[in-house]
Amino acid sequence: MSPNLVELGYLISAVLFILGLKGLTRPRTAVQGNLLGALGMFVAVVVTVLARTDLGLMPIAIGIAIGGVIGAAFAIRVQMTGMPEMVALFNGFGGAASVLVAGATLAIGQTTSDNELIATAATGLIGAITFSGSLIAWGKLKEIRALDKIEIPAHHLVNALLVLACLGMSWVVVSDPEYRNLAYWVVVAGALLLGISLVVQIGGADMPVVIALLNSYSGIAAAATGFVLSNTVLIIAGSLVGASGLILTRLMCVAMNRSLANVLFGKMGGGKAAPDADEVYVNVKSTSPEEVAMLLEVASRVVIVPGYGMAVAQAQHVVSDLRKALVERQIQVEFAIHPVAGRMPGHMNVLLAEADVPYESLVEMDHINPTMDTVDVTIVLGANDVVNPLARTDPDSPIAGMPIIDADKSRMVVVIKRSLSPGFAGIPNPLFAMDNSMMLYGDGRKAVQDILKALNEG
Amino acid sequence: MTTVAFVLAVTDSVEGIVPASTSAGPSTLMLLLGIFILAIFIGVEIIAKIPPTLHTPLMSGSNAISGIALVGGVLAAGASGQAAMILGTLAVALATINVVGGFMVTHRMLGMFQKKKSPRGM
Repeated sequence: MSPNLVELGYLISAVLFILGLKGLTRPRTAVQGNLLGALGMFVAVVVTVLARTDLGLMPIAIGIAIGGVIGAAFAIRVQMTGMPEMVALFNGFGGAASVLVAGATLAIGQTTSDNELIATAATGLIGAITFSGSLIAWGKLKEIRALDKIEIPAHHLVNALLVLACLGMSWVVVSDPEYRNLAYWVVVAGALLLGISLVVQIGGADMPVVIALLNSYSGIAAAATGFVLSNTVLIIAGSLVGASGLILTRLMCVAMNRSLANVLFGKMGGGKAAPDADEVYVNVKSTSPEEVAMLLEVASRVVIVPGYGMAVAQAQHVVSDLRKALVERQIQVEFAIHPVAGRMPGHMNVLLAEADVPYESLVEMDHINPTMDTVDVTIVLGANDVVNPLARTDPDSPIAGMPIIDADKSRMVVVIKRSLSPGFAGIPNPLFAMDNSMMLYGDGRKAVQDILKALNEG
Repeated sequence: MTTVAFVLAVTDSVEGIVPASTSAGPSTLMLLLGIFILAIFIGVEIIAKIPPTLHTPLMSGSNAISGIALVGGVLAAGASGQAAMILGTLAVALATINVVGGFMVTHRMLGMFQKKKSPRGM
């Protein structure tokens, strides 16, 4: 194949990626968009193999076979509750692949110009941070408790020193032909440590931001690899992913009213004027599934606010059954989705879609808030901070200014929760103690099942 | 779409000038840099108005696209030299997990959105 033909193939592939991503942003075209993206990938790989007849095909075939089987197994077996873990892990694989490609290209001796060498060092740095950071994020999502206990002393200093060490070694990569290869792997080692150190201190509630950011990094690492190989399709595909991850990162930060710097380097909680939990919870009333069923029977509009607790309790299917039962009784049921509910962007939407909840009954926070005062019963299921009115009223609170779902404005609020323990922000929630609010203690799935049972018997 | 058309025109004109895998001179770097920056703008432009329902599929789908490192892996795995072959094969395997797993799980997930499609469409 002539070089021009190869570039034409890559161009077609890049266009397919652009059309694919564009398709993924509209529900109607999403399936087609995903397939176009896959086609783009196929074209890129086929063109590469056809372009270089000198390539040994055996190692390539082995790698693709192994990766294909593992990837397919992941895709078929993963539960929708486990999507955040899977995406975290895959972000890491993307970063690692870029690191290995840049390292291999350096080992061949193909990388000679300063530009390519700078790109090589950048790939090692970004790719390795993506890899180790993603593994830590994966561990945190798996709730490996030991990770939360790790305290790095003089954290910012350690990070700064690691950055300096990586930059210093990058300079060796560029300037010293003799120790170039060794220096590259030292950069990678330093960046692996940096990735761990950066992510290990970030709390579980901030995982949607972290995953979106690592998603972006995995794309940028691929784009950097594109500069190493002077390969246009890597640059274009990588930067598209980088941009998409950045947009999601920004959306998540806005939804928490926090800057990216605050998420990455600040610590949540520790608000100086956090009200005392015992005082706030003096007037908490508890209720029974039967009582909730009676409330629901006479309601005409019910809103359910799901949170990560719903995913943990695997309550999405029984919630979907409850919705059906209420809809059969001519009751309007909507789900109010906070942008950072769950552990990754859009997590709640995917869980509820899996449980057959129609797309139309999922309502965004900004759309449902203006009419929350006409809601008869709001059921808060496994959510806490995203319905905490302190965000509106207490400027000293750690969640001050965070947009919340105005559950407190509805006529009745039923909070399904195991106990009165605080959410990730570590502050009590006055919503639980309001006159119009009642607690239904217990496991989310069991509680909703009991409500459903009482509803069907009543 | 005008931005897209513009960048494609630019990319197109680059094709003749940048042959694949030759060592990069300064002008090549600038062209690649131009492609990089413009592609980021395209990405921001086409994804900016994504509805929350599609956040997760967008992530897993774009994750699959970041498996484009596969192309680099193929070039390295097939090259002569044992170190490159081992590193490259590993890269191919990891990137393929991303590509195959990412596109497949996105397809599966989007199927869940589709099956409850209302008469009005989604």
